[in-house]
Amino acid sequence: MAANAEAHQAELKKYLMVFGALLVLTAVTVGVSYIPWLAANHVLAIAVALLVAGVKGSLVACYFMHLLDERGMIFWILALCVLFFITLLLLPVVTSSEVVAGHADKLYGVGK
Amino acid sequence: MSDHSHDLPFWKKYIFSVDHKMIGIQYTVTALVFLAIGFGMMLVMRYQLAYPNQPIPVIGQFLGEPIVAAVENPDTGETGYVLTGDGYNSFGAMHGTIMVFLAIVPLAVGGFGNFVLPLQCGAPDMAFPRLNMASYWTYLPGGILMMFGFFVKGGAANSGWTSYPPLATIATTGQTIWLLGMVILITSSLLGSVNFIVTVVQLRAKGLSFFRLPFFAWAQLVTAFLLLLAFPPLEAAGVLQLMDRVAGTSFFDPGGLIVSGVEQNTAGGGSPLLWQHLFWFLAHPEVYVLILPGLGIISEVIANNTRKPLWGYKSLVYSAIFLGFMSFIVWAHHMFMTGMGTTLSTFFQATTMIISVPSVIILTCLIISLWGASIRFTVPMLFALAFLPMFGIGGLTGLPLGLTASDIHLHDTYYVIGHFHYVVAPGTIFAMFAGIYYWFPKATGRKMNEWLGRIHFAGSFVFINAVFMPFFFMGMASVLRRQFDQTETLHGAAVQGLSVMSTWGAFGLAAFQLPFVFNFFWSIFAGERVGANPWHATTLEWSAPSPPPHGNFLSEPVVACGPYEYSVPGEAEDYTMQSPPPATA
Amino acid sequence: MSAAATEIPYDMEPHPLTRMYNGKFGIWLFLASEIMLFGALFSSYVLLRVGAPEGTWPIIGAPTVLGHEILNVPLAALNTVILISSSVTMLMSWYYLKENKFSRGQFFLLMTVLLSCGFLVVKYFEYNSKLHHYLVEFDAPLVVDGEQVSYSRTYPTAEGERTVHYLHGHITETVKDEDGYVEYYKFAADARKPDHGHAHDDGADHGDSHAGAHPEIELRPSDYRRMSNWGPAGSTFTGIYFTLTGLHGLHIVGGVVVMVYFLLTGGSMWKKLPDKYANRIECTGLYWHFVDLVWIFLFPVLYLL
Repeated sequence: MAANAEAHQAELKKYLMVFGALLVLTAVTVGVSYIPWLAANHVLAIAVALLVAGVKGSLVACYFMHLLDERGMIFWILALCVLFFITLLLLPVVTSSEVVAGHADKLYGVGK
Repeated sequence: MSDHSHDLPFWKKYIFSVDHKMIGIQYTVTALVFLAIGFGMMLVMRYQLAYPNQPIPVIGQFLGEPIVAAVENPDTGETGYVLTGDGYNSFGAMHGTIMVFLAIVPLAVGGFGNFVLPLQCGAPDMAFPRLNMASYWTYLPGGILMMFGFFVKGGAANSGWTSYPPLATIATTGQTIWLLGMVILITSSLLGSVNFIVTVVQLRAKGLSFFRLPFFAWAQLVTAFLLLLAFPPLEAAGVLQLMDRVAGTSFFDPGGLIVSGVEQNTAGGGSPLLWQHLFWFLAHPEVYVLILPGLGIISEVIANNTRKPLWGYKSLVYSAIFLGFMSFIVWAHHMFMTGMGTTLSTFFQATTMIISVPSVIILTCLIISLWGASIRFTVPMLFALAFLPMFGIGGLTGLPLGLTASDIHLHDTYYVIGHFHYVVAPGTIFAMFAGIYYWFPKATGRKMNEWLGRIHFAGSFVFINAVFMPFFFMGMASVLRRQFDQTETLHGAAVQGLSVMSTWGAFGLAAFQLPFVFNFFWSIFAGERVGANPWHATTLEWSAPSPPPHGNFLSEPVVACGPYEYSVPGEAEDYTMQSPPPATA
Repeated sequence: MSAAATEIPYDMEPHPLTRMYNGKFGIWLFLASEIMLFGALFSSYVLLRVGAPEGTWPIIGAPTVLGHEILNVPLAALNTVILISSSVTMLMSWYYLKENKFSRGQFFLLMTVLLSCGFLVVKYFEYNSKLHHYLVEFDAPLVVDGEQVSYSRTYPTAEGERTVHYLHGHITETVKDEDGYVEYYKFAADARKPDHGHAHDDGADHGDSHAGAHPEIELRPSDYRRMSNWGPAGSTFTGIYFTLTGLHGLHIVGGVVVMVYFLLTGGSMWKKLPDKYANRIECTGLYWHFVDLVWIFLFPVLYLL
């Protein structure tokens, strides 16, 4: 019983540590967006912001939602979901390369 | 134990029921009503197409503005009611919407899925009975809301069932109602699909491993995943279009749109193609949502009436899974004509050809299942046998549409209409009829009349081909879909005879549904009483009494064998039930 | 009637295959579909942004394409902290219910509700400041007392280049004629922001602090081609901003409704089936963490990038 209570204490401690990490990462992502040279380098800024968001999201999913403790089937379902999600994210690529090269500006006025 | 349900008050037993069987029946009946409404709209449209601008007989006067306009006949002085162009557009859009989202999916998934699936899994009910009730009670208001569109200014949605912007963005109020209805329906199907997946995965009876599930259950499982993952993008698209219409955003509007000579006051910067992508990302999987449950029903009926195991059960299952997966990456074959580059067209053309492989495997397995069987020509089997070639025609005529070169010529013609109607009407709807005749005894304890069923089948089979076969020829003669009056073009006028034939086919088809309607209601009260397993079938639903009591099974079913153990050598009967009912039943 | 026959299996105990009870498996499936919903919207955001004509993102005249040109980063960062905290209090609620400490569990549930209300209040202030900020577009440069006060921006469209003359600012007073129609607005225009450099101050309210830079202009409805607040119709960016955060906000409201229901009815459920109640809080928690997770992505994507 005592061991059990200890394990529970450890669980609580883990949540609070993840909470701390999330707060720090929030500060980081806001902080780096104020760095002028990073903001000027847009691709890098996007990469950093999404990386931080990805780490934060994984922390929430793994520890708050206990995904680390889950097994089996739900992983496959989520993997399927993520795959289709990525397919969806390809929509812009699909759309912008849709127009036969050289006619983009004439058709939509958005080509470069 | 069975009498608990009798203690329930009327409204809890029949209206706000949490019993999956009652909800299944509610879904079936509601969906059949919507099917009839959609069919009625089609009759009016077909009349206009065969006899352009002629007064609609009998029901014209009841349709009202703006669907019809009163026109006086100069010779006789009589007032006739002619379908207007706006009315035609409303009917066209609503016919598609009703048939797909309010009739067939609720019938195939909500009706048959709800009624049969828990029984086939050996479960006492769905995993979440109250969620199941909520699913029906969001579907019905969503459907009614959509129909309410006919009573607002400008009539119901009139931008086609695909609701392409910018046309849909500037359409009348009916479109807003369509979008709201759509969001509600999507919620309903989401609730349903979560329930289905949990039921199949968690509630299977003892001994019922995944590969002992009947193919129908597999088909429903794959369908539920399609609904779960493909519908949300349409919900997103619906929300975006709703914002465009209500909040003045311009997600689908690149700007500078001129309507009736007035430039629209929007910020611009959007993309009309975004809608098409999001829409077809749903709507292609939706095609498989329409057909997979049908294939499931047909498999059950064929196995039962050939009295032998399905040929290639595992191939069927793997094909269905592969079909479901592939259906997410073929959507842009609906959009070859949007100016897509050749690289992408080639990609989507290739995936489209690949997805036809599992469809062909399924059809082939079902046809080979007939080989060497002594077939019982029951009514469900007649519909199943008709389904096979009809679905074949529907599927094979899809190939030229999936190839970019031929699609350029066939796109947006009646050929497309013919293609998908062959899949859905003589395909899925025939499967639905087979299912109704097949499981009617389970739901009511009575059989539907055999001879009325045969008349229904024979007439439907002949006339449904008369309706849809001309479409292929009209399409190849370049008659465009959604046209109000094809005689206005020279090539359209040349094939007007085919249009007349299709219209008369439709009226014949309507006439031959009357035996079904009569049979359906008459058999509920006066059909031949039958036992728990009138078809001598093997799957679990036939182990429960007919109709099954609340909680379904008299004793907990334990499954000892696969789903299609027919004509097992050495057995006394020609069928071995997955879980024989207790001897006392 | 035997209760055993109608009882739904795996209602409480985990299924050997998924190691989840029905409710938990169901909520995960629901979340999978939510991923697709927000995925489609994120994808739309990327598509719209990639396709936006130069100089129109996030709004006409913004010096850079970053969302914080018009959004309020400090408030959003505050909201991020609030939402993450509410996720933790949600976890604590479930943790104490499992420990059999009902009142502590309910206390943390109440904390979660309060924090989410805090989130919504902050959101209200954010929305409100956007809805009171205006973009006015003119066909020709606006000249007041011989001085051009409007700015212009040229970008390519289908018909060639298009020049937009515009002003951002606040309406300080609306003057109506006797028939109730607007005669003119008194309009305090924002000072022009430098087209270079980085204005990281609160974008939403920078106009106020520089209101003196321009005299108040009288704008008649016939003067301008289009006037819109920074609400959904302001630009494609504000549109997708309102759609995404609005939908996310609706998810918050939905969660709050469920939690309030559990606060009110939890007691009686706890007395009958304590484990079932803990399971319900766990499922609510899973949903709540997902809502948090969506915000974790929304925040950088809309505000920082």
